[in-house]
Amino acid sequence: MLAVREAFNASRRAPLLSALGVITIAFSLFAFGLFALVAVNIRQALRGVEERVEVRAFVSEGTPAEAIVAAMGDIRSFPEVARVDYVDQEGALARARRDLGEFNDVFEEAMLPASLDIHLRAGLGNPGNVRDVAERVKSYQFVDDVRYGEEWVEKLYQLRTLAAGTGLGLGLAFAAVSIIIIGATIRVSVLARAREISIMRLVGATDGFVRAPFLIDGFIKGIVGGLLALLMTWAAYRAIDTRFLDLVFFDPRFVAIGILCGALIGVLGSATSVWSHLRRI
Amino acid sequence: MIRLHDVAKEYTRTRVALSHVTCQIKRGEFVFLIGPSGSGKTTILRLLYMEEKPTHGDVWVNGVHSASAKRKEISQLRRKLGIVFQDFRLLEDRTAEQNVAFALEVTGASAATIPQRVTRVLTQVGLASKATQMPRQLSGGEQQRVAIARALVNDPYFLLADEPTGNLDERATRGVFQLLRDINASGTSVIMATHDLEMVRRADDARTIELNHGRVVFDSDETPPPETRYTPLLGQPAIGGPSEGNWPAPPRGKR
Ligand SMILES: Nc1ncnc2c1ncn2[C@@H]1O[C@H](COP(=O)(O)OP(=O)(O)OP(=O)(O)O)[C@@H](O)[C@H]1O
Ligand SMILES: [Mg+2]
Repeated sequence: MLAVREAFNASRRAPLLSALGVITIAFSLFAFGLFALVAVNIRQALRGVEERVEVRAFVSEGTPAEAIVAAMGDIRSFPEVARVDYVDQEGALARARRDLGEFNDVFEEAMLPASLDIHLRAGLGNPGNVRDVAERVKSYQFVDDVRYGEEWVEKLYQLRTLAAGTGLGLGLAFAAVSIIIIGATIRVSVLARAREISIMRLVGATDGFVRAPFLIDGFIKGIVGGLLALLMTWAAYRAIDTRFLDLVFFDPRFVAIGILCGALIGVLGSATSVWSHLRRI
Repeated sequence: MIRLHDVAKEYTRTRVALSHVTCQIKRGEFVFLIGPSGSGKTTILRLLYMEEKPTHGDVWVNGVHSASAKRKEISQLRRKLGIVFQDFRLLEDRTAEQNVAFALEVTGASAATIPQRVTRVLTQVGLASKATQMPRQLSGGEQQRVAIARALVNDPYFLLADEPTGNLDERATRGVFQLLRDINASGTSVIMATHDLEMVRRADDARTIELNHGRVVFDSDETPPPETRYTPLLGQPAIGGPSEGNWPAPPRGKR
């Protein structure tokens, strides 16, 4: 295709500037990618935590079994709740021993209260819901106390929001810079071809026809920049994953969106400079 | 069909390039635009291919109206206008045939028909044997023929030529001029701005429109000629141009 051929010609005319354009796109997406990686992994951690998040309601000694069974039925019908287990005094003791491992003899004589362990549905274990369920359970007469890991659940959520926000903010800032730089690289090739463009216009080329190779040029630069960013993010992921933490990487859909963002940056950058040139002739 | 109605063009408020220009040019005509430097010849041509819009008045070219033409329509219009300049405006990094083919590619012509159409026009301008030469390997006359071939390849209704022989020696001038006459004979209108009055005199069946200070001071098609003829309009000679006195009289009494 003519436009594609022209696009490659254009990049060959200004190789350094083209490389600069690709690299800025790559870095803007890389910055975004790193923070997104953090956010994704916090979310992953949260998901694991959510599965474990339980609201534990301690039951007064001597509560009749029927009352407990009725309450369990009630609680099960809460929309957020996935499962309710009754852990009697012996069960509580066994669990405590298991959890404490070698110090289990501490509990030799102790009495632990029975409890209702309430598990929330996956995805609904956010701090608001947890607190909400806890409040409702607290209203039962026989419930002495309700515990849940409120503080650290909330912290983790805040951290995730912060990481996602920072990534988005930095990514947008870098994206703006790379739109400008891509714009400049395309402007150079537009100016290098100003004569050709004016002749094209004279023989009846439409704006769209004149624009196409430059937009394709920007698109290709964006895709290449996106792939580079993917590579860098992957490298960072591998480095951390093998040495420190067990991380997860993005799913393919997110990767595709990231690369398309690169393409969008490239197209936007070239569109702005071609449009401003065409408006002048 | 070209129609200008009471056209004025001011590039800036003080730079009046054209004023009160009214004329019609029909399909098949051969028209010379003459007049001293700065009299507005180039400006008229630029209005015709809609590179500029008139400050006042209306221009119609093939039904496209200056006041309402969109960029897209202008592009479409230009495919039916061949435009030729004094400085050829060829792409230096392409061969003669690629330069001609460019005008077809740009308009989205089907690739299969391009070589054949290019060969046809290059033959028509007498350059079939130099099709694969680069512009710098060609003489000025030959380069202008390539430019004319490029202008012809879309089968234009009008060929607009701004001093097409301005950079050529006498022999090449005569060749290019004869080519334009032949093109006109086969039905394409030619509108040609020139300073070469010798050429104008030789072509005594052509129409001549003379401009001075942006006004039409003579039109061989109009009888009687406008009475404004040869009265110094602004009392000053055009900037950089010859004064009224040494501007030779155009041929009279044609047609
Ligand atoms: N782009 C422009 N900006 C400002 N003034 C212009 C522009 N183009 C032309 N002019 C002015 O308009 C007037 C007519 O110019 P034009 O180029 O039409 O003359 P011309 O008859 O083609 O002259 P020449 O024979 O020297 O080519 C001149 O006074 C010129 O200085
Ligand atoms: Mg001129």
